[in-house]
Amino acid sequence: MDRPIRVLVGKPGLDGHDRGAKVIARALRDAGMEVIYTGLRLTPDQIVQAAIQEDVDVVALSILSGAHNHLLPKVVELLKVENIYDETLVICGGVIPEEDIPFLKEKGVAEVFTPGTPTGVTIDFIKQNLKRA
Amino acid sequence: MDLAERLLKGEKRAAARLITKVENNEKDALEALSQIYPHTGKAWVIGITGPPGAGKSTLTDKLVKRLRKDDKKVGIIAVDPTSPFTGGSILGDRIRMSDLNTDPGVFIRSMGTRGYLGGLSKATQGAVKILDAYGLDYIFIETVGVGQSEVDIVKATDTVLMVMVPGLGDDIQAIKAGIMEIGDVFAINKADREGADRTKTEIEMMLDFNHKDWRPPVTKIVAIKNEGIEELVGQLNKHKEYLEVDDKLIERRTKNSELEILELTQQSLMDRVLNSDEKREEIRDYAEKVANREVDPYTVSNEIVGKILAKNS
Amino acid sequence: MFEKEKLEELKKNQTDWNDNKVGKSLERFPERKKQFATGSNQEVDRLYSPVHLEDFDYDQDLGFPGEYPFTRGVQPTMYRGRFWTMRQYAGFATAEESNKRYKYLLEQGQTGLSVAFDLPTQIGYDSDHALAEGEVGKVGVAIDSLKDMEILFDGIPLDKVSTSMTINAPASVLLAMYIAVAEKQGVSSQELRGTIQNDILKEYIARGTYIFPTEPSMRLITDIFEYCSEHVPGWNTISISGYHIREAGSTAVQEVAFTLADGIAYVEAAIKAGLDVDKFAPRLSFFFNAHNDLLEEVAKFRAARRLWAKIMKERFGAESPKSMQLKFHTQTGGSTLTAQQPDNNIVRVAIQTLAAVLGGTQSLHTNSKDEALALPTEESVRIALRTQQIVAHESGVAETVDPLAGSYYIESLTNKIEQEAMEYIKKIDDLGGAASAIDKGFIQKEIMDSAYEYQKQIESGNRIVVGMNKFQVKEETPKGLLRVDPAVGEMQKEKINQLKGERDNKLVQEKLTILKEAAEGKENLMPHILEAVKVYATLGEVCGVLREVFGEYQQNVIL
Repeated sequence: MDRPIRVLVGKPGLDGHDRGAKVIARALRDAGMEVIYTGLRLTPDQIVQAAIQEDVDVVALSILSGAHNHLLPKVVELLKVENIYDETLVICGGVIPEEDIPFLKEKGVAEVFTPGTPTGVTIDFIKQNLKRA
Repeated sequence: MDLAERLLKGEKRAAARLITKVENNEKDALEALSQIYPHTGKAWVIGITGPPGAGKSTLTDKLVKRLRKDDKKVGIIAVDPTSPFTGGSILGDRIRMSDLNTDPGVFIRSMGTRGYLGGLSKATQGAVKILDAYGLDYIFIETVGVGQSEVDIVKATDTVLMVMVPGLGDDIQAIKAGIMEIGDVFAINKADREGADRTKTEIEMMLDFNHKDWRPPVTKIVAIKNEGIEELVGQLNKHKEYLEVDDKLIERRTKNSELEILELTQQSLMDRVLNSDEKREEIRDYAEKVANREVDPYTVSNEIVGKILAKNS
Repeated sequence: MFEKEKLEELKKNQTDWNDNKVGKSLERFPERKKQFATGSNQEVDRLYSPVHLEDFDYDQDLGFPGEYPFTRGVQPTMYRGRFWTMRQYAGFATAEESNKRYKYLLEQGQTGLSVAFDLPTQIGYDSDHALAEGEVGKVGVAIDSLKDMEILFDGIPLDKVSTSMTINAPASVLLAMYIAVAEKQGVSSQELRGTIQNDILKEYIARGTYIFPTEPSMRLITDIFEYCSEHVPGWNTISISGYHIREAGSTAVQEVAFTLADGIAYVEAAIKAGLDVDKFAPRLSFFFNAHNDLLEEVAKFRAARRLWAKIMKERFGAESPKSMQLKFHTQTGGSTLTAQQPDNNIVRVAIQTLAAVLGGTQSLHTNSKDEALALPTEESVRIALRTQQIVAHESGVAETVDPLAGSYYIESLTNKIEQEAMEYIKKIDDLGGAASAIDKGFIQKEIMDSAYEYQKQIESGNRIVVGMNKFQVKEETPKGLLRVDPAVGEMQKEKINQLKGERDNKLVQEKLTILKEAAEGKENLMPHILEAVKVYATLGEVCGVLREVFGEYQQNVIL
């Protein structure tokens, strides 16, 4: 792939633990990607508007607060309303119980990266699952 | 409807996609740019530059919010450095403008320099045109703010806003005199810190040495507290008014266009020198010979130019 | 402490030993690694001996427990007098549910309460705020008003139990509510014992639950110092925290350095506000992490105590010994828990418990084995509590004070950590102090670099995490994790509506207006906040007023 992959990395909701999000952001940068780091306290609406303007390939969200079942489907829903879901890969990481993963995938999250996942695995997943060239 | 048409109709997504295409140097991108070009020229382009830590992003956020109060539509292009080693970058300027994310009258785009040595990216000027045609009234370009970038930003903008912080006074001597030349409006941010007044005086003294027609104003602000923003917007508008008299704006834009034409031409030519693996291999062979003192670099470059011209005739 | 001549001889002998005896052994088989390091990447030598402690002076460097420089502990009898407080952080869903869990823990032998609040509460939002959607009751208990607080402590005698509240930006409001609840129980604020975390600087650095910008936040903090020194003298008004800094990825040295730098900033703010050092300093407390490298952690705690004592004495001229004592609570490191083979976490927590106890902590929270996945169940939190009880009653480490003192390694490492922390503090001073360093992103970047380094070490295999990158098994989906009923959000909204229907809304508006005026001025805000919560103004309403006056903190990105 000739062009850099653009990834939005951010934290929806009120959770403030950003070590994971920052580590992933750096890892993605080191893998040659352009990371639009949007920080803390984003609403699903803010995430999606940013995704449109930045024309990102991937929306990568980090949640450790337990609010994932509510916030992540919301983001996917809005991406669909804005007609960009088909070109945007949605992934997430954080403290997410395994039993919630099927639900999230059903709602449109492509993959959930739980604690202990090496950054390389996430990077490979992105490269192999982009929705556009 | 193709992307250019959708853009001219004001579709946000089309703007975003087009900017991506220009960034990636896609074939149809240049065509699209030609198509929309007649619809550009309406937006006022302001470059914001200054040393790291001066608070440019916070200031941009406040300026935009103030302009939004007058119902102006605003774009922000935030440029951050791309790592020369990995080709990746972290573009984090949006963080300081998070409430603007959902304002329909604001468009924010983050760009990496992608190997370009100026403080802008090659595609920045393309992005400006796209946002101009999209229908914005003001476009801010926020740069990396070190070294050469300050000079680069002049050629892409109508007004250059230079943001500094107190205490820089002592270092101003060390900073290239060029900075004083390119700023049209100066702001001293974090002016609630010690030394703000002294810094203001020192900068004003240096500006007095440049006998230009337009004497750049220096305004003290505290962006994070929203102090001085009104005054600063006033100064930016004054510069706009100043340029709009006696064809000065066209003069400036003509100069900028000249630089742009030369740069695009240069890039285009360089592409022809480097647009294939064989050609790149050729350069490498030349380089080896030059390093081994078998031939000198001046002769080599003449040869390369000769080849291009020969191909065209 | 060691005779010069004997030291010289020892040096020679040790070099001899290294070259010959060790040399021969290395020829037969090499050591496991080229370089050995602590969990925080401090280089570790093969052997420590008096050679490493040439200038060691018992009186100056260690002293006696309960005496300056407090290296060996802040009390003379330490755990022989009283065990550390076993204080498990708890709270989730509604006040009713949390109240049940508190009663359970107290029955099981816990000796102090520790309240966890949910994110909307920590950030000053009511459960019906737009941003609270999906977050109510998830990471702690939802407290929207005094009514919830009354339910939370129903049947819990506040004159007998000490309560630690992990609350920062809106600490003033929750403290006011606690005081109001006690009053209703007939307990005077003079009798209350407990802590509020109230450490905003680390929120900016590592934890993210800030509300207001730095200046007004510091004002609220010093208002609390002042108010409590008069009205709630038994209360620890701040828990200057390193725990979260370590969780964000810092090294042990950085944990000490940045925490103490924050402490310095608070002391300076209080002095600037006109408070007398010896009046508020005795009530400052700290909160540290207990990580995996047991010996490094013990050295870390001792270094922190000695360094803070010196800072209080030399830098701030404190005269009362109580002002120089670094009292601290510890929590075992959450980020060391693995989602893989969660039972292993029980072992990790046991080691970390030993570290905290051998390091002289005043109170301790131990994590539960399932916390890499969710909030703990009753069963797993019981095991965590039992861990502390086993260490206390069966391991023998609490039978004498500071047992690891005198170990060549421990003393050497204590010195090293103190020295390196001091260098960081000097750098932060040069940058204008902690608040300024945070503004410039210095502290965050240091932490981020350490965190990234840590991750790279794990991914390269240089750092082993058992069960995660070595000794893995095929994992089964864990069962029986705690789930917070998503209906909690709706329940809380209902409660708020009911409250607003029942209370005297005119009175509430009056009190809020008075608060607003006071916030715009320079008065101490605690009495006004207390007035407002007593008439059942909600947390969101009180913080809303303050948000109006103070504005909100703007994020900094340091990557």
